[in-house]
Amino acid sequence: MQRGRFGLIAGVLSLAATAVPAHAATITIVMENLVVSPAEATAKVGDTIEWVNKDVFAHTATARNGDFDVMIPPKQTVTYVLKKAGTVDYYCRFHPNMKAMLKIDGKPSP
Amino acid sequence: MFAQVGAAIAAVMLLGGPALAESKLTDPQIAHIAYTAGNIDIAAAKQALTKASNKEVKAFAQDMVRDHEAVNKQALDLVKKLNVTPEDNDTSKALSKQASEKLAELGKLNGAAFDKAYVANEVAYHKAVDSALETKLIPSASNAELKSLLQTGLKIFQGHEQHAEHVAAGLK
Repeated sequence: MQRGRFGLIAGVLSLAATAVPAHAATITIVMENLVVSPAEATAKVGDTIEWVNKDVFAHTATARNGDFDVMIPPKQTVTYVLKKAGTVDYYCRFHPNMKAMLKIDGKPSP
Repeated sequence: MFAQVGAAIAAVMLLGGPALAESKLTDPQIAHIAYTAGNIDIAAAKQALTKASNKEVKAFAQDMVRDHEAVNKQALDLVKKLNVTPEDNDTSKALSKQASEKLAELGKLNGAAFDKAYVANEVAYHKAVDSALETKLIPSASNAELKSLLQTGLKIFQGHEQHAEHVAAGLK
């Protein structure tokens, strides 16, 4: 009987796992005093990047390959879900001296 | 156009000129110079907003107004907090004089000629202010918070310089 119940729970859990990528992570990247940190981050497709702009200036996270162009207003946090794999260099269009990189793994989290 | 750029550089070179090498700048003077340098760029951008024809140039001018107003607001908040009264000085006066001459000069241009001259001047002006901040204003500042604000200002100016270079490249 116990085994049966475990089997059921395991079955429900595995269903849930296939329906939603339960382990999609959120990666926080801070922009402060015109510095992006961490300057290099790794993530997976389906993960969320959370850019926190602590400056009084508007910034952007603009991919050099055109994959994304996210505007982060002063003192605000903007999230973006990664859709494509690849190693993406990005910068701020307003302050091109702000540079960073994302390594995005193609396999979504299990 | 080269003459215009030359004039802009000459204006800011005054910051590092021999007249200043002799006496160390005080924090109230440094605050005044930094604030003036920001205001000059805001005035130039406001002129560009009324005269520029290129979309990128207008957007750039908008960015300049927004960023420099934000940095100058921080500067005003800081001097208030530190109870420092910015002190007018020969460098600020020379900068303002050169800037109003530049405004008059650019005011005579129109269309693409204005766009090119404005952006070229922005590249030169930001470059010159970067160098003044790096070699003169930041090393001379005594107060740590003022120094740190100037360091942020340097990064802002360097960012604008690269942004201006990008816009200039698009105009060719």
